Order: sequence, then C-alpha cells, then structure tokens
Amino acid sequence: MKILVGYKRVVDYNVRIQVKPDGSGVVTDGVKLSPNPFDDIALEEALRLREKGVADEVVIVGIGPANLGPHLRNGLAMGANRAIHVVSEDAVPPLAAARVLLKLVEKEQPGLVIVGKQAIDDDNNQTGQMLAALWDRPQATFASKLEIAGDKATVVREVDAGLETIEVDLPAVVTTDLRLNEPRFIKLPDIMKAKSKPIDSMELADLGVEGGAPIRATSYAAPPKRSRGTMVENVGELVDALKQKGLL
Amino acid sequence: MSNVLVIAEHLDGQLNPSTGRAISAAAALKADAIDVLVLAEAPDAIAAEAANYAGVRKVLTVARAENAHPLAAVLAPQVARAAEGYSHVFAPSTTFGKDLMPRVAALLGVGQVSDIMAVEGSHRFQRPIYAGNAIVDVEAPADATVVATVRTASWPVAGTADSAAPVEPLALDVELPSHTRFVGLEQAGGDRPDLQGARVVVSGGRALASEDNFKLIYDLADALGAAVGASRAAVDAGYCPNDMQVGQTGKIIAPDLYFAIGISGAIQHLTGIKDAGTIVAINKDPDAPIFEIADYGLVGDLFKIVPELEAAVR
Ligand SMILES: Cc1cc2nc3c(=O)[nH]c(=O)nc-3n(C[C@H](O)[C@H](O)[C@H](O)COP(=O)(O)OP(=O)(O)OC[C@H]3O[C@@H](n4cnc5c(N)ncnc54)[C@H](O)[C@@H]3O)c2cc1C
Ligand SMILES: Nc1ncnc2c1ncn2[C@@H]1O[C@H](COP(=O)(O)O)[C@@H](O)[C@H]1O
Repeated sequence: MKILVGYKRVVDYNVRIQVKPDGSGVVTDGVKLSPNPFDDIALEEALRLREKGVADEVVIVGIGPANLGPHLRNGLAMGANRAIHVVSEDAVPPLAAARVLLKLVEKEQPGLVIVGKQAIDDDNNQTGQMLAALWDRPQATFASKLEIAGDKATVVREVDAGLETIEVDLPAVVTTDLRLNEPRFIKLPDIMKAKSKPIDSMELADLGVEGGAPIRATSYAAPPKRSRGTMVENVGELVDALKQKGLL
Repeated sequence: MSNVLVIAEHLDGQLNPSTGRAISAAAALKADAIDVLVLAEAPDAIAAEAANYAGVRKVLTVARAENAHPLAAVLAPQVARAAEGYSHVFAPSTTFGKDLMPRVAALLGVGQVSDIMAVEGSHRFQRPIYAGNAIVDVEAPADATVVATVRTASWPVAGTADSAAPVEPLALDVELPSHTRFVGLEQAGGDRPDLQGARVVVSGGRALASEDNFKLIYDLADALGAAVGASRAAVDAGYCPNDMQVGQTGKIIAPDLYFAIGISGAIQHLTGIKDAGTIVAINKDPDAPIFEIADYGLVGDLFKIVPELEAAVR
C-alpha cells in the first residue's frame, strides 16, 4: 500500500506573529519556517505503518513556492521515500489544496492519505475533509489512534465529548491530532541519504487546478491585547478581590 | 437577502447549546430567515429544543437510522442537498462542525470560512489565524453559498422565542455511503458543568505532575461549581482526558472566571482563553508568561495554595 502525506511548510509555532503596520498581512520575511507540526505527525504515522509492513511507500506532498526544496528534504530525511512538489508562489487555499491532492491521488492510487488536522498558519482545518468529499471516500478526522487490518482502518478520534471510534473502508483520508504519535528526530546520516531521494516537481497549472482564493483576505489586524493585571500576595487577597468583582 | 441554514449539533437526544451560538451569528447577518436542520435518528425532542431559540423561522428534521451518529460522510450529502435555496450554511466550530462543514463546502464546490468571530456584512467576516495572534477580515464571493463555522466563544447563545417555531420533516432523496461506520464513543465527562458553556473554569497544567494530584483541580472546581480544563502538557502526560484540553487545538472557551494553575501560558494555550472575563494565574515562577495576561496573579506553590483556596471558597 502507498501512503500520501500532506506536508506543508508554515511559520514555526514558536514565532511571535507580527501583523504588518499597513494591515496587508503578517510578517513572514526572515521568520523561522518549519513543517506544520500536524504534518510531522502525519508523516511519522505513515513511516510507522511502513515499518510495520502495512505500507510499502510513503510519498510526501508539498504545495508551495519554488524554494520549498529544503523543507521537502527534511521530510525525506525523516524517512519518506519520495516527494512531490507542486509549485505555487501564491498561498493555496484548502479547496485548491484538496483539488491538487485529488489529482495526485488519481495518479498515485494510494491506499491511505494522511494530512494534518489543521495548518497552524491559517488554522483552517478543512483540506482533509474536502479531499475526502471530492474523492467520495471516508474521512477520519482528529485521529489519536490508527489501526489498519486488511482493507479497513479503525480510528480513534478526539472529539469534544471524548474519544470516538469509527471504522472506515480504505482508501480513506485520515487527519492527525496531536496525540497520535511523537515524531522522530532526524539523524545526520539520514540527511545525507535524503539527498539522493527523488523530488518530482510540477506546476499547479500542470495539474489543471486553478490557484487564487475565492474567499479573499481584505485586511489583517493584531488581536486586542490583554494587559497585565494585579499581583496578589496570598489566597485571602485573591478571594477578596474576586468577591469584590462579584465573581465569587 | 440572506437565508441561513444552521446545522444542529446534538448528542444523546439533546441539542448542544453551541447550536444557539451559531444562530446568534446567523442573526448578526440581519438574515431574512434562519432555519435549523436536525439530522438524527429520532429528531423530535432535539427539534423542539431548537424551535425555542429566538429568531428561528422553522426547524427541519430528517429522521434516518443512518443519522444516529454524527458521521460527516453520511451527514454531508444531506446537508449539501438541504442547502439548496439558502445563501448561508452555518454550524458551530466544535469538532462536530469542523468535521462536517468542509465536506459540505467541497460537495457544493465552495470554500469555507472557518471560525467566524464577527460578522461585518452578509459576505464579510472576521476570523482568527496563527493561533489567534492575528485577525483577518475575509470576503466570500457574493454569488456562491457561504459555508462557515462559528467560533462559539465569540457568540452568546441565542435567546428564547416567545412562541416556538414550527417543526417540519424534510424529505431528502440522497443516497448515503456505508463506507464509514460508528463503533463507539467513550465519554469522559461526569456531573461537572460543560467546559464550553461554564461560567467558571479551573485548569491545571504539567505542574500537577500526576493523575492523582489532578484531584486538587477537581476538588477546587467542585467547590466553585466550575468546569475543569487542562493544558496540552497535562493531557499528553495522561493526568486528565483529552476533552479537557483548552487552546489552539483544544477547546476555545469564554468563561467569566478562569483559573490557570501550574500552566506556563504558551501562546497555544492562551488562544483558548482570550475571551475569558477574568483570568487568575497561580504559578511558582514569577516570570511565567501567564502573568503577562492574568488579571490576578499569585506566585507560589500550587500544592500549598490550591487547598487553601478550596477551603476559602467552600
Ligand atoms: C501545534 C501545537 C498545538 C498546541 N496546542 C495546544 C493547546 O491547544 N493547548 C495547550 O495548552 N497547549 C498546546 N500546545 C502546547 C504548548 O505549546 C505548551 O507546550 C503547553 O501549553 C504547556 O503546558 P503547561 O503550561 O502545562 O506546561 P509547562 O509549560 O511545562 O508549564 C508548567 C508551569 O507550571 C509551573 N509550576 C511548576 N511547578 C509548580 C508548582 N508546584 N506550583 C505552581 N506552579 C508550578 C512552572 O513554573 C511552569 O510555568 C500546542 C503546541 C503545538 C506545537
Ligand atoms: N500547501 C499545502 N501543502 C501540503 N499540504 C497541505 C497544504 N495545505 C494543506 N495541506 C494539508 O492539509 C492539512 C490541513 O490544512 P488546512 O486545511 O489548511 O488547515 C495540512 O496539515 C496539510 O497536511
């Protein structure tokens, strides 16, 4: 079985995001970029399935600008067999990303597609569900446990009420939650090995998918700030203060 | 002209009040009509609850055995069909809505607006990005259905109507897939208030150091009649169940009073409590980032402070 993994590059989760003074976007020049944390989890899960003998090939997909090479090399160093780079200088919204993934699914015929539950830049949480709809296949979102037996997968999902278990026929789309696994660290020799792994590059237009965002961002602003309040010395002072505000 | 279809979320025959929050967002569109769609095995009791929200024109029900559990692959084709004639389709941005609505949007061939925090026009909305560290104004195309999820912490539950809206069964002739099957739901919640609707929330972090110690948090919460939350670190370490996680990838909440106990204040956690009324932080590190945003801070050892606090509020 082949597994396709969504592997997006985003602003690192530790970066303190600044909105540009003219409101035209957020500052991304010179900030640290990293794989979307949920995509590292997706890749890790795919690698474990390969190591268990459930899968034989893991292919990562990155949709993004021409300079995405080092990011994809990172995924190859982690252990992916090969990478597909769909080049788009403009940001690709979820519906377009799902259409790209559908084209690649038709070409690659994977038994499983694993993507992150959300990309931590736009926090959309849409692409996996959209791909599953366009592909007319099952979706198992927010997965914290994944087991594959034959042509079925059993998935434990993190939902507001607790943990839901569903069974889906393969092929299917799984989206990862944080507790699915802990991604491995990349070792130096793996970085060397990754240099010879293939990256297949193509333009968005080659796939017949239109870029552009039907939902247009018109302006950006910083959120209202909460400011530092009062330090109290002890429990008595705290309780008095809360009582005074009518909170207790 | 906005006609809004709001998708009801429910569990065990009861309507989830986050549905009432999505109705408030729909009302902010100055909608001509707001209808609620209940997809369930036995929708009547749920529909009766939904019919009591102010602003609802009618409640539509689809009773099918396949709708016994909220499987997005089963619900989405029904929602997509029911959406015909509506300008907007809204659902709460809970795990239910997040799972379902993108599938609906893709079936309709449109994008989705996630996590609406403010309505600025029939097709203009505000939503948070980068874990709430930036707010973006977005404009959806006027000639396509707007499919959106509503950030529940930004909206009050809609009020009660003077008289209940009519409930009508809806016949949808759609074929449903059998490739996705419900196996089970393990619910952690006991008798405590629901985290997403609670007035007071007490959250514990990694500092609790064990599942046993987390009892301190439960005891304080019970003394206050509060719901219990947690940081990701506490959930990851197994001190408490996953549905308690507050933050960017957990629940976004807006209680009147929030206690962060032994939580450092990582941005991913703070995203979940930005709309809280009053934040109290208890941490032994005077430089912990949580104090930057707390209304009241108390520096010290939680293992000493929390029992004292519990005694003081009991
Ligand atoms: C993609 C992504 C998504 C994430 N989503 C979330 C999310 O939704 N929610 C979330 O919470 N986190 C999330 N995180 C994790 C987040 O970055 C932090 O790692 C996490 O919030 C830390 O939890 P904590 O504050 O409990 O632990 P720590 O950061 O370890 O803080 C523990 C605190 O306890 C204090 N302390 C220790 N002992 C005592 C004592 N005896 N008395 C009093 N204080 C004490 C310490 O001073 C410290 O400040 C996410 C991370 C990533 C990468
Ligand atoms: N540009 C992209 N390149 C690769 N994968 C993507 C891209 N956009 C979205 N994805 C995948 O879809 C997931 C969810 O993204 P989103 O719907 O944008 O929150 C991500 O975690 C990725 O796995």
